[in-house]
Amino acid sequence: MTVNVNRYKCGYCGACVGVCPVGALELVETWIEVNNTCTNCGVCAKICPVGALVVVK
Amino acid sequence: MKNRYDVIVVGAGPAGSITAKTAASGGLDVLLIEKRQEIGDPVRCAEGVGKEDLKKHIEPDPRWIAAEVKGSKILSPDGTEIKMSEEASSGKAGYTLERKVFDRALAQQAAMAGAEVMVKTRATGLLRSNGKVTGINAMYMGETHEIKANIVIGADGVESKVGRWGGIDTSLKPVDIDTCAQFLVSNIDAGEYSMFYLGEKYTPGGYVWIFPKGKHTANVGLGLLGSKSGNVRAITLLENFLKNYMPHAKILEMVVGGVPVSGPIKQTVTDGLMLVGDAARQSDPLTGGGIINGMNAGKMAGEVCIKAKEIGDYSVKTLKEYEDKWRATIGIELSKSLKVKNLLVKLTDEQLNQLAHSLKGVDTSKMALPVLLLILFKKNPKILWELRTLFV
Ligand SMILES: Cc1cc2nc3c(=O)[nH]c(=O)nc-3n(C[C@H](O)[C@H](O)[C@H](O)COP(=O)(O)OP(=O)(O)OC[C@H]3O[C@@H](n4cnc5c(N)ncnc54)[C@H](O)[C@@H]3O)c2cc1C
Ligand code: SF4
Ligand code: SF4
Repeated sequence: MTVNVNRYKCGYCGACVGVCPVGALELVETWIEVNNTCTNCGVCAKICPVGALVVVK
Repeated sequence: MKNRYDVIVVGAGPAGSITAKTAASGGLDVLLIEKRQEIGDPVRCAEGVGKEDLKKHIEPDPRWIAAEVKGSKILSPDGTEIKMSEEASSGKAGYTLERKVFDRALAQQAAMAGAEVMVKTRATGLLRSNGKVTGINAMYMGETHEIKANIVIGADGVESKVGRWGGIDTSLKPVDIDTCAQFLVSNIDAGEYSMFYLGEKYTPGGYVWIFPKGKHTANVGLGLLGSKSGNVRAITLLENFLKNYMPHAKILEMVVGGVPVSGPIKQTVTDGLMLVGDAARQSDPLTGGGIINGMNAGKMAGEVCIKAKEIGDYSVKTLKEYEDKWRATIGIELSKSLKVKNLLVKLTDEQLNQLAHSLKGVDTSKMALPVLLLILFKKNPKILWELRTLFV
């Protein structure tokens, strides 16, 4: 279970990291990393200001 | 870099730099780390601050002031204008900052006070011993390091992990975050006021702001309550706003970001750890402003670091003084703002217009927000009944 980050769209603002309930996301300077604790809840994808995240079903 | 400090501050935003400066000025051995290679860049802010609030921390310097504003104007959905916060009596007029330069100037102050500053250095976890936080794991240029400290400060902004590593759940629900987009635009007449446009027709559960950064440039942005985001995105709403209302604007810069609007959270300290600024969710739920709150909290936290060192105790018992202090000041304001925000997001455009019309003939230009709210409440008790507890 994971989310895909569109790196060409992402503005590396960290908002998604702040809402992830399980801490699966990390903003490393200019890119987002997703670890294997992601539960596919979709909260990060919902709030991303530019729509750079897509939950992988 | 040494392997032990009195205090490690994670994040060199306004909250972290003021904490580091305060603690270092008190003679403590302080390390301030920032994961980015350039402090302050990229910006995720509209850069508006009140003059008097800012002056308590730093002498205004033209190098990081983009523009001065006379006051604010709020526009209801039908365009009715409410002017407020003009300088003369309230002293509340403000600045639009150049945060890339401002954030660096604050970090420089911390450095001049004696703090060691490291950029491109990211905290990746906390060191613990007997349940106490005793330092951080950090990565600098691809290499990992263990650095010990008596106190770790989480000043790591909206994306804060430090609190969570320390067992404090700071994760925000969609309803507790404003998801924002902003363009720095040129080829416009920026005016002399900070402008706020309210209404569902612009953005659901938020507002559009236009903050002058010069005669012909301004930060034009909007926030959208996270719970209303998904089918619409902040960036799309903003593109629509520019197309419809500022067709001649030329875009020079894009900013995206999230502002915590949760109001005060339950816990911000644990043994050996304090959270400040956006990491402690201290940004204002109504205005989205977090620079001044973060700086004020940073000062309080820095002072408590000094005290903890004096008595040689870094447990919650000592650090709780910070938590009590910010709750009694910033916390009270956050709670009030949260009440107003919770009501505001429910009002229809028609009701917002009604409120604006009720101020016809009232000179609001020198008023600050609390006074304005009281007048609005008196004139519109039905619409604003939920706010009655604010005025007793
Ligand atoms: C679009 C937008 C508009 C805004 N407009 C305004 C406004 O007009 N006025 C206002 O007062 N406020 C505004 N705010 C809010 C304001 O930007 C924040 O409240 C303020 O920046 C908080 O300061 P801070 O020091 O707590 O965090 P930040 O300024 O976010 O600093 C946190 C720092 O920590 C670093 N960091 C994070 N994790 C780590 C790690 N693991 N290791 C090392 N470093 C790390 C980050 O890179 C960052 O530099 C706005 C916010 C947004 C998104
Ligand atoms: S919220 Fe969106 S734009 Fe911001 S860092 Fe996450 S994926 Fe990137
Ligand atoms: S889908 Fe949910 S769990 Fe997975 S990264 Fe996004 S917020 Fe976190």
